[in-house]
Amino acid sequence: MMTDNTNFNSFQKQRNKEEMKRQLITFVLMIGFTIVAFAIVATGSMQKMFAVPLLLIMAVVQVGFQFYYFMHMKDKGHEFPSLMIYGGVWAAILTIAALVAIVWW
Amino acid sequence: MSHDHSLNPETMPQEPEKATLEGKNKFFGLWFFLGGETVLFASFFGTFLALRNSTANGPTGDEIFGLELVFIMTMLLLTSSLTSVYAMYHMKNNDFKKMQLWLAVTAFLGIGFLGCEIYEFYHYITDFGFTFRSSAFGSAFYTLVGFHGGHVVFGLSWLIALLVRNAKRGLNLYNAPKFNTFSLYWHFIDVVWVFIFTVVYLMGKVG
Repeated sequence: MMTDNTNFNSFQKQRNKEEMKRQLITFVLMIGFTIVAFAIVATGSMQKMFAVPLLLIMAVVQVGFQFYYFMHMKDKGHEFPSLMIYGGVWAAILTIAALVAIVWW
Repeated sequence: MSHDHSLNPETMPQEPEKATLEGKNKFFGLWFFLGGETVLFASFFGTFLALRNSTANGPTGDEIFGLELVFIMTMLLLTSSLTSVYAMYHMKNNDFKKMQLWLAVTAFLGIGFLGCEIYEFYHYITDFGFTFRSSAFGSAFYTLVGFHGGHVVFGLSWLIALLVRNAKRGLNLYNAPKFNTFSLYWHFIDVVWVFIFTVVYLMGKVG
């Protein structure tokens, strides 16, 4: 019983380590996206028409990394969190669309 | 504390933060709360987007924003997100000391972020006379960014209270969910900041 438990722990530790490695890669990518986003704006090398959608896409990707890797939404047992967050995102899109549309007209 | 809550390290379950009913409830409760927070911040973002050009002859975003400071703040908060991931990694490996260390690093990075934000607001008010009452843009800006800053203040208070209260308890099934709940909340603060630096500062500079 005791040995089984120890083996299990070392297996679990290995798994945690691999998970940590993935999270570290996620972090490097997030830093990369951030630097690119700031560089685009600081150098002014891109027209507004292209820059704005690109900045927004990079923000969405970065937030996806945050949710799925840092906050573990990719793991099992996260159906409820997904429902809550996507529910929130749905309401958020409607709210922003409505407020921006009011001004547009 | 009941017997269940003080299991020794050899029998610590894989996911100590979700091993008890209380832990599961905290986990679900926090995600429910984050769904609501998403809607709350969406209304601030929507308001900001609608009013960001209504400057009433006051300062515009392009005139006052400095990308250097925003970049430093972004790096501080992003790194603090990673350090809280490290803390949860050590929690899952049942290493209380290292978890405490990384949570303390998280707190210091958060304080650094907050310091920069206070300086930023002070700079806008004293050097540009840009206040909450300057224009509709001013109101929308301070409401959105200030509310995020308020979340950072709350998160820091929460974290410090957790660290102090549990300093001598060690890690167990009673407090593991508490640390995990905090870490999820802290990541969410970073999620909101990603949209703030993109929508408020970068898009404000692009035009």
